[in-house]
Amino acid sequence: MENTEQYHKEEHHIISYADNLKVWIALLFLTWLTITIAYITGSVAIALVIATIKAGIVLAYFMHLKFDSRILTILLLVTMTVFSGFIVLTFFDFALR
Amino acid sequence: MSTTTMNIAHDEHRDDQASKLGMWLFLFTELLLFGGLFLVYSIYRNLNIEAFRAGSAHLDIFIGAVNTVVLITSSATVAISITAIQNKHYRLAKNLLWFTILAAVVFMINKYFEWGHKFEVGLYPGGDEFNALPGGERLYFVLYYFMTGLHGLHVIIGAIFIGVVIAKINKGKQTYNNFALHENAGLYWHLVDLIWIFLFPLMYLIV
Repeated sequence: MENTEQYHKEEHHIISYADNLKVWIALLFLTWLTITIAYITGSVAIALVIATIKAGIVLAYFMHLKFDSRILTILLLVTMTVFSGFIVLTFFDFALR
Repeated sequence: MSTTTMNIAHDEHRDDQASKLGMWLFLFTELLLFGGLFLVYSIYRNLNIEAFRAGSAHLDIFIGAVNTVVLITSSATVAISITAIQNKHYRLAKNLLWFTILAAVVFMINKYFEWGHKFEVGLYPGGDEFNALPGGERLYFVLYYFMTGLHGLHVIIGAIFIGVVIAKINKGKQTYNNFALHENAGLYWHLVDLIWIFLFPLMYLIV
C-alpha cells in the first residue's frame, strides 16, 4: 500500500491562478498586437512570427510542456522537424518546375 | 497470499505519464493533419497572392477577432480549471469547464452567422457568387471552408470531451490526485486554440 501511495504522489507541478491569468493577458495582448500590425503593415511574415510566439506560450504554460517530462518537448520538435521537411521538399518541387 | 491478491485487485491500474504521452502522440497526428492543409494553403497562396488577398477581404475581421478572444479565454479557463482541481476546488474546476463549453457554443454561433451570411449571397462551393469568382479566389474559399470547417468539428468534439470530464468530476472519478483525463481534455482544447492561432491571421488578416 505504501508503494501505491508513493506512486500516486508523483511530482505534479501546479501552475498558480495568478500565472495562468498572466498568460491569458499576454495572449490577449499579442492578439491585439497582431491585428494592429496587420492593419498598419499587412505583413504576413510578422503575423506568423506573432502566431508562433503565441503558440509557444500556449505549449509551454497551458499545455505544461515547460514543466512536464522533456520527452514530450523532444517528440514535438521531432514532429515539427518532419513537418518542416514536408514544407521544404514541397516548395522545392514547386520552385524547380 | 490472499490479502496480497485482494490489494492488487483493489488498486486500479493507472499510468498518468503514459496516458499523457498517448494523448500527445494523437495530437501530433492532428498537427500533421492540419499541417498538410496549411502546406496546401501556403503553396496556393504563393501562386495566387492577389486572389487570396481579395478572397480574404470578404471575411469580417471583427468576428474573427471576437472568436480568437473567445478561444483564448476558453483555453485559459481550461488551464485554470486544472489548477483548481489540483487545489481540490472542485466547484470552481467544474464551473470553469462549463464556461469553456459555453465559449465553444458562442464560437460555433459566430461561425453559424459567418457561414450563413456567405451562403445567403451564394458564396459557397457551387454557389452562383462563388462560380463567378476567378480561380484563385475559389481556391481560397475552398480552403477557407475546409480548414475552418474541420477546425469547427474539433471545437464540437472538444466541448463534448470536456462535458465527459465534468461528468467524471461529478462522479468523483477525476480528483486532485487523479486528473489525467481532465488534463488530456485540456490538451485537446489547447490544440484547438493553437490551430486557430494560425488560422486567424492566415484567413482573416491578409489585408
